[in-house]
Amino acid sequence: MEKVTITENLFNIIGPYLPEDINTGDISEDKHLINDLRINSAHIVDIVLDIEEKFDIMVEDDIIGEMNTVKDALNIISKKVASN
Amino acid sequence: MDNKRVVITGLGVVASNAIGKDNFERALRNGTSGIKHRADLAELNFRCQIGGMPDLSQINLGDTLPRLHAEKLTNKGIIYACLAGVEAWQDAGLSISSDKTDFDSGLIMGAGALSYDSWINREFPAYLTDRGESRKMGSRAISEGMNSGGAAYLNSILGLGNRIQSNSSACITGTEAVLMGYEYLAAGKAERMLCGSTEGDGKYIWGGFDAMRVLCSDSNERDTYGSRPMSATSSGFVPAGGSGALVLETLESAQKRGAKIYAEILGGHVNSGGQRNGGTMTAPNADAAIKCIEQAITNAGINAEEIDLVSGHLTSTKGDPIEVQNWAKALKRSGKDFPYINTPKSMLGHSIAGAGSMELAACALQLSKGFIHGNINLEEVHPAILNEIDPSCLPKTSLEKEINTVIKASFGFGDLNCVIVLRR
Repeated sequence: MEKVTITENLFNIIGPYLPEDINTGDISEDKHLINDLRINSAHIVDIVLDIEEKFDIMVEDDIIGEMNTVKDALNIISKKVASN
Repeated sequence: MDNKRVVITGLGVVASNAIGKDNFERALRNGTSGIKHRADLAELNFRCQIGGMPDLSQINLGDTLPRLHAEKLTNKGIIYACLAGVEAWQDAGLSISSDKTDFDSGLIMGAGALSYDSWINREFPAYLTDRGESRKMGSRAISEGMNSGGAAYLNSILGLGNRIQSNSSACITGTEAVLMGYEYLAAGKAERMLCGSTEGDGKYIWGGFDAMRVLCSDSNERDTYGSRPMSATSSGFVPAGGSGALVLETLESAQKRGAKIYAEILGGHVNSGGQRNGGTMTAPNADAAIKCIEQAITNAGINAEEIDLVSGHLTSTKGDPIEVQNWAKALKRSGKDFPYINTPKSMLGHSIAGAGSMELAACALQLSKGFIHGNINLEEVHPAILNEIDPSCLPKTSLEKEINTVIKASFGFGDLNCVIVLRR
């Protein structure tokens, strides 16, 4: 899968979990999911489930802990998709 | 200290025949049924294959709800509660702050069986557990399944900081929520309370009622005729979903901010027959029901002669004639002297825990707009009812008529009774 496709899909997954005053256009690779995008930490689990379903991969619990920024998420997805 | 006077200043409705209070008023006046044949129930061998579901495809959830609620919530009872609650709040002319908590306002949003609800675009989350996949339930299986989920998600939008509560008491839930809010405000503990109730819909919750043989099973080919309270041929209730919400406010607070007032709540009462003397899990102890009506009238400080309209519980079962007998005894009025009596259930079906609040919203609309909605499908009134009251008390179509005092009752499983008196 092309990186640009992965990025687009990930942004679409994250979108609904953003608070009302942050938009999909505000997402960029350097943003921290909780600190910058202010996503409720409970919803990180939902984002992971949406990622698993969309990309047909499995994200283990210990890897979830390493998923801090948007870039972290992109790297995890890319690696998993490549090894599928 | 004297009790505070309490008024209704905002309404919100999500019903099977209309979404939004203005559409609801129109549907009540026109006698519009929200009951439809359901192919899914037929395929699943339900005896009752009709039901009332609010048609969410008519609206864009994102117009009313924040992004997360609009795009991610899957529990219909919670979606209905959020829609009705936000509508009522805005109808009352109240604003929503994104950063301040409003400690003068609270909410009571009751619910019946939220965890039994249909989940839109998602299978019943508990099934994942049985497949060893509980990790896939996500973060919302609990918050959308808990009975306080309607209140919790609604308050994530409104940001209220006084009492936030979710009562659950079967079919009296909605009426009880309003009574509790009234009592709380009368005691001076808040300035306003958003009160209501919600129930989802679909095969999971309706299957259990179908199994009890309490649903209407003789109208699968004639869906809108299924719900016919007080009829000689009433054969069981038609299940439905929906939510009603009412902003209750101290008269003082409403007057201070110049709010429009639909009606005043004069008082009410709640009791139980204790599942004794004829009362059971599913049947009412008539003495307790009568006592509840009498006590509500006393608490409201009125005489029974002042009542213009009875908004009954009247579910379209064999219990309807007994209910009318109880009303006649409690009010000590019969024949032509009996007030008008109606119930929107002929149009909406029975939304279980959601019913009381939707019906109280209907009462507030009838009082403030000067009409009495009809009982549709009442082609042949039950003879036992005609032994008690005159047919002229039973409007079959909507009447334009100024009314001043309405008494509303809900009766529920567990032998529960709740009655409220409203005045224009």
